[in-house]
Amino acid sequence: MAFGPFLLLALMEGLVTAAVLALAAAGLSLVFGVMRVVNVAHGEFYMLGAVLAWAVTGMIPGPAALTFLAALIIAPVLVAALAAVADGLILKRLNYDPEATIVATIGLLYILQQAALSLYGPNANPVPAPFEWRIQLPWFGYSGYKLFVVLAALAVLLALWTFLSRTRAGLIMRATQVDRMTAQAFGINVDRVYMGTFALGAGLAALAGVLVVPIQQAQYLMGHDPLLLSFIVVIIGGLGSLRGTLVAAVVIGLSDGVISMFFSPTLAKILATLLVAMVLVLRPQGLFGARA
Amino acid sequence: MSNGLLHPTRRGLLLAGGAGLLTAALPGHVAAQAAPIRIGFQLHRTGIGAAYGRWYERTTQAALKAINDAGGIAGRPVEILFEDDATDPKRGSEVVDKLTQADGCDLVMGTLFSHVVMGSAPRAGELKVPYLVCSEGYHVASGALNRWTLQPGITDVRAQISTMAPWVAANLGKKVTMVFPDYAFGHDHRDFFTKAVAEQGGEVIAQIAVPPTETSFTRYFPQIPAETEVLYHVMVGPAVLTFVKELGEFYGTGAKPALFGFVDSLEAVDTATPGLEFLEGSHFWEAHPRVKPADAGEHEAAYRAAVGVDDNGASVSDAKDISTYSHMFSTWETLYFIKQAMEASGYAGPADRQKLVEAMEAISDLPYGIERPQGAKRFNGKTHQVFGTQSISQVQGGKLVKVHTTTIEEGLYEDAVDYTTMSF
Repeated sequence: MAFGPFLLLALMEGLVTAAVLALAAAGLSLVFGVMRVVNVAHGEFYMLGAVLAWAVTGMIPGPAALTFLAALIIAPVLVAALAAVADGLILKRLNYDPEATIVATIGLLYILQQAALSLYGPNANPVPAPFEWRIQLPWFGYSGYKLFVVLAALAVLLALWTFLSRTRAGLIMRATQVDRMTAQAFGINVDRVYMGTFALGAGLAALAGVLVVPIQQAQYLMGHDPLLLSFIVVIIGGLGSLRGTLVAAVVIGLSDGVISMFFSPTLAKILATLLVAMVLVLRPQGLFGARA
Repeated sequence: MSNGLLHPTRRGLLLAGGAGLLTAALPGHVAAQAAPIRIGFQLHRTGIGAAYGRWYERTTQAALKAINDAGGIAGRPVEILFEDDATDPKRGSEVVDKLTQADGCDLVMGTLFSHVVMGSAPRAGELKVPYLVCSEGYHVASGALNRWTLQPGITDVRAQISTMAPWVAANLGKKVTMVFPDYAFGHDHRDFFTKAVAEQGGEVIAQIAVPPTETSFTRYFPQIPAETEVLYHVMVGPAVLTFVKELGEFYGTGAKPALFGFVDSLEAVDTATPGLEFLEGSHFWEAHPRVKPADAGEHEAAYRAAVGVDDNGASVSDAKDISTYSHMFSTWETLYFIKQAMEASGYAGPADRQKLVEAMEAISDLPYGIERPQGAKRFNGKTHQVFGTQSISQVQGGKLVKVHTTTIEEGLYEDAVDYTTMSF
């Protein structure tokens, strides 16, 4: 294949990775930014989104586009509700202590993963894409659905940004992020903000899972990779910074696409990890993070 | 009472739990009195091999029932202990250990994924327990393993490939690009096919190794050179459907090379799945044709009925549950191989394990019958590897239709090892 089309395909693939990554990492970053909780179970919410999408599309009769739309709404809501319960039962009782919550979310990771294994089973199951549309370029064909994933992720991120910067709830969330004590002193119910943030973060991961499942299939172990990549993105972008997360997701996604195509996928992972190390050494707060 | 259900007391819970434990322990107790032969089965119930594991377990249960209904092995009933290894090499050796030491199994069988075989076989050798794998890897016949590891139920990749290469070169094309998983099993394909096709005057022009846990494949396809005449693919694991779909998206309606795949790329996947239309007309290696061929042997129907598979290769209870038909027969045939060797050696218990392996090594001709539904086999006691026929099928109207069958002789190659000269 000639260099031009090769690069185009690499960029398209990278963009899809970036889009899914941006959604998942935005959730992780939000939870850390507002709650100071490093949520190790974040990848499992992503997996649950995919698995629930499979369940929903299988249970509801009708055309693929309709069932997928239903999954796109139902799965993230269910996962968000589950996260809210986990917050009330576990994180709140630990007083959101940073160290204790890391251990607790590791436990949550295994509980969710093994629950999925027990209830859903070990198999990978496909979910039909809402539409089967293939773009035929002169050099290669490409899945139209993958481009839809990029657009959908962009729309969700835009909505998230609007929510955080233009609504009262977003203002309360940002206030809690800046100073928990002062926010509480102003009569903000911080517990409720935390619960809502944890649910929103999990919901974003689940949404990424639903979007990715027609490309990848649902499997109980699929949470590992997005967790690792989300951490990479969030560390590079700066914990708690939505803008940083987006920029880092695009950088990591595109470089992953290009490097893994022109060289090897392993090299892409090595370089991403190296980049994290460099950022941690030279700019510990991340590219866009505020100095702690 | 409803109050008791909603608010159970500690005593109530203990009583209920105790009763449950007793019930669970009871059947094991009863069976132990009959002194059965215990076979440990190392099962890929979870992890990337789960689809294979599901069918390996079903096929083994079916063979077990057939053997026990016919009087067991040497008059003794047989029981099988299935233990999940999560398709993980490290866990694999622990499973061999547990089945042998804690559960007291007479031998261990059933492993498919070659990296698990590589991780487990050394432990079987240390424990001096017969370890019968159903894995296709060349690792047994290559001499890399030990005297306790045998592969009597399925042919190895090297034999499969040496029969496929001449057909591919003669019928599909001579410039081949290979896509394979980047570990032992895939490397066997890479090494032997590259050599075998060169002997036919062909050439492998690109080798694309894919990490076994990869979930997206489009990024690998640009490495396929444009002058490729045949794309040779063999992929395994949960992502196989994604692989084939993305390949279809990539080539689309444009010009594409002829495709030749190992059915591993489609095991447990319905060939009529939307998105797989582009496979129409392409060819696949199969060991045991999934769709019942018109010239199937006399025992084919009885075998399909026993394992619960219909004429299309799907479960009789769920048409969407596609079997791993080209691999699962190996567990059935391995169990009958064990029966034959145990009866020939007068096997009485773990003290006779060495005698058992020697009896297995003495077996050579294995004729077609219900014991070997895939076809007649020839066992090589020196290399611990069995040889059999191979099939080539073409996707026609969304179904795999058998178009060619090889002989056993086409797959034979010179011995690379003589395990019988090694010490136990």
